[in-house]
Amino acid sequence: MAVIESHELVKIYDEEGVPVRAVNGVDVSIKRGEFSAIVGPSGSGKTTLLNIIGGLDEPTSGTVSIEGTDLFALDQNERIDFRLHHIGFVFQAYNLIPVLTAIENVAFILQMQGKPNRECRQRARELLESVGLSDKIDKRPNELSGGQQQRVAVARALASKPDFVLADEPTANLDSTSSANLLDMMAELNRKEEITFIFSTHDQRVIDRARRVMTLEDGKIVSDETREPETA
Amino acid sequence: MLHLKLAWRNIWRNKRRTLITIFSIFVAVVLSALSNSMQIGSYDQMIENVAGLYLGYAQVHQDGYWDDPQLNNSFGDSDSLQQKIASVDEVTHVVPRIESYALAAGREQSRASLVIGMHPEKEKVLVDPQQKLVKGDYFESPSQRAALVSEGLADYLNLSVGDTLVILGQGFRGMSAADKYPITGILDMGMPQMNKNTVYIPLHTAQELFGAYDRLTAYALMVEDARSVEEVVTTVRSRLSDDYEVMSWQTLMPELVQAIEADWASGMIMLLVLYMVVGFGIFGTILMMVAERQYELGVMMAIGTHKATLQIMMVLELLMISIIGVIGGAIGSLPFIWYFHLNPIRLSGTAAEAVEQFGIEPIVPFSTDPQVLFIQAAIIFGIAVIISLYPVVHIQRLQPVKAMQK
Repeated sequence: MAVIESHELVKIYDEEGVPVRAVNGVDVSIKRGEFSAIVGPSGSGKTTLLNIIGGLDEPTSGTVSIEGTDLFALDQNERIDFRLHHIGFVFQAYNLIPVLTAIENVAFILQMQGKPNRECRQRARELLESVGLSDKIDKRPNELSGGQQQRVAVARALASKPDFVLADEPTANLDSTSSANLLDMMAELNRKEEITFIFSTHDQRVIDRARRVMTLEDGKIVSDETREPETA
Repeated sequence: MLHLKLAWRNIWRNKRRTLITIFSIFVAVVLSALSNSMQIGSYDQMIENVAGLYLGYAQVHQDGYWDDPQLNNSFGDSDSLQQKIASVDEVTHVVPRIESYALAAGREQSRASLVIGMHPEKEKVLVDPQQKLVKGDYFESPSQRAALVSEGLADYLNLSVGDTLVILGQGFRGMSAADKYPITGILDMGMPQMNKNTVYIPLHTAQELFGAYDRLTAYALMVEDARSVEEVVTTVRSRLSDDYEVMSWQTLMPELVQAIEADWASGMIMLLVLYMVVGFGIFGTILMMVAERQYELGVMMAIGTHKATLQIMMVLELLMISIIGVIGGAIGSLPFIWYFHLNPIRLSGTAAEAVEQFGIEPIVPFSTDPQVLFIQAAIIFGIAVIISLYPVVHIQRLQPVKAMQK
């Protein structure tokens, strides 16, 4: 069964009076356990599509259904709650909360869900161990390298056991070793725990690892290729 | 708890900015508390001088006396009348007086002076001349033939304790009022105007001098709470016949009320300017806090943080900064207020003259009324609370995608 189902998604921006179709009639279906990449040149609509799938931006028309829930039938607060419980986000610039330590950043999502503090910290600790940061749990983001911060971001994205993780250019700010390590870790989580990852990326290393690659041009999916990924 | 933790850590992300904001609030509270304490203190001093130390907080006269203050408008003193007034709950003391202007003379000089006949015991709660004695002795009875002369007048007339003072004037119903009295004491009235021309003689002696036996020109009333004086006046008035007028110190001294109101208004303008400066300072801080964290707020919303959580967090940050500044300012202003309460600023030049014309000692003691501090702290805190509405509104309008656009 598809985790994400979009139908005839259109997003039109108004740029100084000129309508721009950033997403132009996209139908996409993503199944549980996929490790997919949305690729395309700058301005092709990758981030916009990811934002709409993640419920951060509203489409001009069309629908997005996640596990059977029509995302845009929810009001703003319900959509925030939905994101909190069902969607994990990894951003290009890590975007950890700078005043919280690694473990607090991961536990934050669970605390927002109203889980008891002890349970939050226990789960956060396990997640940080699973991304190889058990010795960094009490470090603040500015005490961590870019790669380490992005691992914390992945752990945070997984904290609520989401239906899928949206990763917008997750390796863009990382050196090649950190990128490779991060991708290894995500691939392993995908393989072992069947976590669904959807990437928006330019990075060939990410594209090489993806089992499905959707190419976006001018807001349309021009190719959708499923294949065996290259091993690291 | 999470909100508090986030807010507390956030305010220390930019230590310098937070400390500058706290310091500006601290200074604002100190300045506004000092300024207000000085104002209230000076008014208390004025009221205390004029009402608490001379006029009384209210007075009862024969109807028409205040407009035409002459002995013909005096009234008959009686125990029943005094008791009727004293039976009003808030009235603590009823002080009888008879007073009139007359010529006070020594061997070579004379001067028009205010001759006040007062009850030696009862007057102790009001003017208390005994405490103002710089030389000599106080009266022993209301019938003693003696006079207490203010220092300035004694100097002018070149008289001292043991000398004879001659009083020459007009008594009740046009009678001649002339007599001589041994000076038993010299008084420092504390107020320059009163120091120049005041003579006290015992009540019955004064009534005899003026030929106004058992008559008074005023009952000066002391009340429990100076702020409730208007209610006291209404109550006393309701218990007396129309033959009497009952006036509060505000009615007796409208010039003083106007002076206080004018000064209060100018003080308020100064304070408003101060509040605006502080308000803009805090607003600048909050603008920067919101602007530089716009992206972060967008991310927090994206990962599932409700707007209300972010709003609470931002408001808490501002409240924490304000509370630290306000409490610090309140504590910081205490030593200054206390110092100037004990060591009042002494006015000089035209400022002193302006005050002295009301018969007020030209000093500015600071008020230690805790309300002054509390109100100023509360106003500055209130300004911060109002300003904290800005991030609330801003976050309410924030969309995660727009917030995350760099």
